[in-house]
Amino acid sequence: MAEKGEVKLLGAWPSPFVMRPRIALNLKSIEYDFIEETMQPKSDLLLKSNPVYKKIPVLLHHDKPICESLIIVQYIDEVWSSGPSILPSDPYDRAIQRFWAAYIDDKWFPSLSGIAKAQGEEAKAAAIEQVREGLALLEEAFGKCSQGKDFFGGENIGYLDIALGCYLGWLRVSEKMNSVKLLDEAKTPGLTAWADKFCAHDAVKGVMPETDKLMEFAKIIMARFQAAAAAATPAK
Amino acid sequence: MCSERVKLYGAWASPFSRRVEIALNLKGIPYDYIEEDLRNKSPDLLRYNPVHKKVPVLVHNDRPIVESQVILEYVDETWPSHSIIPQDPHDRAMARFWAKFIDDKCVISICTALFWSRGEEQRKAFEEAKENLEFLEKELEGKKFFGGERFGFVDIVANVIAIWVAAFQEATGKEVLTEKKYPCLFKWAQEYTSCNIILKETSPPRDRLVAFYKAHVEAADASD
Repeated sequence: MAEKGEVKLLGAWPSPFVMRPRIALNLKSIEYDFIEETMQPKSDLLLKSNPVYKKIPVLLHHDKPICESLIIVQYIDEVWSSGPSILPSDPYDRAIQRFWAAYIDDKWFPSLSGIAKAQGEEAKAAAIEQVREGLALLEEAFGKCSQGKDFFGGENIGYLDIALGCYLGWLRVSEKMNSVKLLDEAKTPGLTAWADKFCAHDAVKGVMPETDKLMEFAKIIMARFQAAAAAATPAK
Repeated sequence: MCSERVKLYGAWASPFSRRVEIALNLKGIPYDYIEEDLRNKSPDLLRYNPVHKKVPVLVHNDRPIVESQVILEYVDETWPSHSIIPQDPHDRAMARFWAKFIDDKCVISICTALFWSRGEEQRKAFEEAKENLEFLEKELEGKKFFGGERFGFVDIVANVIAIWVAAFQEATGKEVLTEKKYPCLFKWAQEYTSCNIILKETSPPRDRLVAFYKAHVEAADASD
């Protein structure tokens, strides 16, 4: 499997991106050292391991860094190939999962962040609607990928489950803070059921932060963001 | 070998669809090419790519695959001869990393600097573009290609750096990729179309590309 100290992961508990390689390593039963990054300031190890982005997660395998969460997940799948597969074996199925994972990161998650950034009720409502539209697309994708089973990956969690599932904590925070339902049994029944099963999965439950803890963290971040915005605004 | 019924929906000026042409040609895969007018997208394109409505779209055995990097991986996995992506997991991760960096950071910062910004925002964009090009320069140092001895995945994705950036610079009269600052990258870019006949054949004509972007600049200036 993996020797002691062979695998290290630089990360932080609130980050959905960090969750991804953690779930992947758990699926493959790989032991690793989790190095919690404070991020303020960023550690020398982080700056040296990820000079391009200076971001977490960074996987260190035999001290060689791999960066970018979904690239790390694919790396884990390829290195520990004897464990359960994360990506499907068929090239077309792989392409479909890669497509939706890119959509989730490039379009859907920014729309979720957009809710917190929206100024005023109208903008907030528009942002919420955008997230729901994205979830409708993902509901359809879930139907096609899962083929009636529990996960995008079928019987077990796979690449696309990890790509979307890591955002569930933040999705719940958004729902609570704005008193809205984004995942809805009526509109997105497949995803709603999937979300519960994903969070309950053995590979996930130890690394999915509690919604209340995330909410406290979100409030601190928002306070910092608002303070910075106020400081940047010239006095009238 | 499943080489029947391969169609590629592309646009002559799109570096993204040209990437797929490079890969298909390098592997000797026959395909039908459909040129899309992006101002008047065909019903087929909208049907095959309802989410993004963009080129390229590869259709293989009536199933569409979209997003150029996803298509490149699909092509490499379906037709493994003349492989594009390295075999070793660490090398694969690095190839994917640089390819993502090129599209997510590098190209956007260059376009922002050359086309989309003015004043202070433009100055910052230039700084960012220069920083990004420095990373690529460092990655290429001592190598013939990003893929090492062999032209590979990152070199294909970097077609936009090799060909389009020069056209952007000529069209806007602004420079970011200079021989003085980035000698390795500059040399690699200069030799790009001559290192393989396929790259020459799949590249858009330079004057036509420059004229295309010049028209864009003029239209943008007119609407300012």
